[in-house]
Amino acid sequence: MSKFRKVILTTALLAAAGFASAQSTAYPGVGRPATTKEVAAWDIDVRPDFKGLPAGSGSVAQGQDLWEAKCAHCHGVFGESNEVFSPLIGGTTNDDIKTGNVANLKRADFPGRTTIMKVATVSTLWDYINRAMPWTAPKSLKPDEVYAVTAYLLSLADVVPENFVLSDKNIAEVQKRMPNRNGMTTQHAMWAGKEFNGTAKPDTANVACMKDCIPEAKVASMLPDYARNAHGNLADQNRLVGQQHGANTAVPENKSAATGSSAAAPAAPKPAAKVADPALALLGKHNCTACHAQNTKVVGPSFSDIAKKYPGKAEYLTGKIKAGGAGVWGPIPMPAQSAPEADIKLIANWLAAGAAK
Amino acid sequence: MKTPDGTQSGRIQKAPENFLDRDGIRTVIAESKTGRRNFIRSAFAAAAAGAAAPMALAQGNPVPTEGGDPNILNLPEHATGLGQGVAANNGYGVPSKFESNVQRRQSPGLTQTTQASVSFAPLQSLFGIVTPSGLHFERHHQGWWDIDPSKHRFMINGMVKTPKVFTMDEIMRLPSVSRFHFIECGANTAVEWGNVAVPTVQYTHGMVSCSEFTGVPLITLLEIAGADLKNGKFVLAEGGDGSSMTRTIPMSLILSGEVLVAYGQNGEMLRPENGYPLRLIVPGIQGVSWVKYLRRIEVGDKPYAAKDEAVHYMDLMPDGQHRQYTNIQECKSVVTTPSGGQVLLDKGFYNITGLAWSGRGKIQKVDVSVDGGRNWRQARLETPVLSKALTRFNIDWVWDGKPAIIQSRATDDTGFVQPTYKHLRAARGTRSIYHNNAIQSWLVQENGEVKNVQVS
Repeated sequence: MSKFRKVILTTALLAAAGFASAQSTAYPGVGRPATTKEVAAWDIDVRPDFKGLPAGSGSVAQGQDLWEAKCAHCHGVFGESNEVFSPLIGGTTNDDIKTGNVANLKRADFPGRTTIMKVATVSTLWDYINRAMPWTAPKSLKPDEVYAVTAYLLSLADVVPENFVLSDKNIAEVQKRMPNRNGMTTQHAMWAGKEFNGTAKPDTANVACMKDCIPEAKVASMLPDYARNAHGNLADQNRLVGQQHGANTAVPENKSAATGSSAAAPAAPKPAAKVADPALALLGKHNCTACHAQNTKVVGPSFSDIAKKYPGKAEYLTGKIKAGGAGVWGPIPMPAQSAPEADIKLIANWLAAGAAK
Repeated sequence: MKTPDGTQSGRIQKAPENFLDRDGIRTVIAESKTGRRNFIRSAFAAAAAGAAAPMALAQGNPVPTEGGDPNILNLPEHATGLGQGVAANNGYGVPSKFESNVQRRQSPGLTQTTQASVSFAPLQSLFGIVTPSGLHFERHHQGWWDIDPSKHRFMINGMVKTPKVFTMDEIMRLPSVSRFHFIECGANTAVEWGNVAVPTVQYTHGMVSCSEFTGVPLITLLEIAGADLKNGKFVLAEGGDGSSMTRTIPMSLILSGEVLVAYGQNGEMLRPENGYPLRLIVPGIQGVSWVKYLRRIEVGDKPYAAKDEAVHYMDLMPDGQHRQYTNIQECKSVVTTPSGGQVLLDKGFYNITGLAWSGRGKIQKVDVSVDGGRNWRQARLETPVLSKALTRFNIDWVWDGKPAIIQSRATDDTGFVQPTYKHLRAARGTRSIYHNNAIQSWLVQENGEVKNVQVS
């Protein structure tokens, strides 16, 4: 009896399923209709037109409290931290909010790119915070909390004022103030479909020339010697047998190549003819001038500032140049220099004596 | 544009995912300006330093003076004893202990957490076109999971007649296809946009891998749900991990039947690091769209501007505009042997070999240069040559012991020729990050050591 009822019930369910998936009869019995609750549980995406956005609201002040408790340790109190992830905030101006283009994106010398410099849509921020944040407990924020955190972030970039309450009602207006809202283009050939009506042709066009194609190949870029072992010993990152083995980068190259012969030491290029002080020539030769200038701070301090700070301390300076260092003049470290000892001493003596030009 | 110290600032912009610090990059530029690393000049300098410059690590295969090689004369243990039995190592084989150098690796300093990081495939040690599943590159956004397949569900909703839910059992009942395809992270080779930044092909190009994937065409599943294939121009693919990675996929690509909902990889199930038990396969498209732990497909009429298509994976142009929704991996190739960080043991014959691929179709030909791009010879393409898959190429070379700059240049069946750095920078400037498909150069020095270089 019970068995019979079960058969009836199963048949009825199958019939219902068959009816619901009437659009495809090719694969009967595969897949079932999703319930409304199931779709609601997973369909969390929010589009730039805010389709999918749940109702709710949150203030900048509420967002700040949440931020400090759940977000600041990775992103910094002001969304500026570069310690764990790239900075979220910084690099935009009130003028960008007016134009919808971030001026710093045009500057070749502007260091780094923050999220707020790039993102054109508030929907993207809301969606990502909602689905993936906080880092260690994704999807744990309630909609009102996501509104609040988003509001706080936007206030840091002056997109909304400090007393603002962000909600589903006003979020479309806020999107019209995004600093980079006009900064995106789909006019390219690198979308695989035709949906954006981009260009048809790729933007590069090389020719498969076979003979005498260029006059001469010059090496324009190469890893500096100090980075030789920065990725670990490359001998250990290659197979033990084969037509080539890995280079032993645990030792300097000229030592690994030359077995007992010093003749293979690379010939140093001659300094430019007739310079006032031999130290000045060495500054160029060893590329000190890439980061230091005579009287102005570049990446590192000026030579005259170093001279002022360490008068007569040639030995100390020799050690610093050889070992490199960080923290004395700012956060950017100076790498250890591999120039010959005599050259380093000459430069150190020159600095200790006042760095006279 | 010039910075206060007069360097070309565009060339020192460090990519967010770069290895060299600012000082290092400046050093590289300064050296290139002074011409210290001028190829020809350094070749003469090295020649002047001694004609009999010893080969690095020369070990060779010398003719024995008398008797013979002890490796031949003395019978080893493995020829005179009893070896191991079948099904050792708990029934799943592992590589030889002598192959332990062949591993995927992280690039030091690239990321702060291992959960949002990258490991690179050791291209310098691989053969053929298949990447062993355990060496397939990894890119996670919020850490990987080993998900119970009996509890995994796949949903289709949005512009469909009936939203549908599938179990793995059901998906694996459907007609399956198996296809070889490459997957390349959009950020592969990104650290090299401005300058040389890393030493070996593992770190320059190791975010590409190729597998035979097995699964069901997504179009089949969309048809079961009664998707509106006319007005539904886009689909959103969504993952089931913490990041719930979302990406917009063109409907036109799905209609071609190429896009798969896959569970198989190289004859076994997907590895957890590669999306077990289900991931999207989007041939020719950057890896971030191959959503792992795939839980949902939504059909829509507009693109979604998800985080990784509105903040990352966009190409910054010199005018400050970002090219958004760039997803094709254009034609590219790289020589894997010899490559950076390796040492040629002696003069004589070598087989130059490498990999080529195109997100737009098949590789048509690959040319190889040993003089930095002045002259080229056409390499042999090894079979199979498949659409949107890695293609292996080989070419003979006799090294005369002089400095050489080795390059490869691929052409796909649309006629597109892989660009040089000059071409790429002319079109997109120097501050872009993603989609770097420039011709790679390896400098073979007189001492046999191979260096990663860029040429002008």
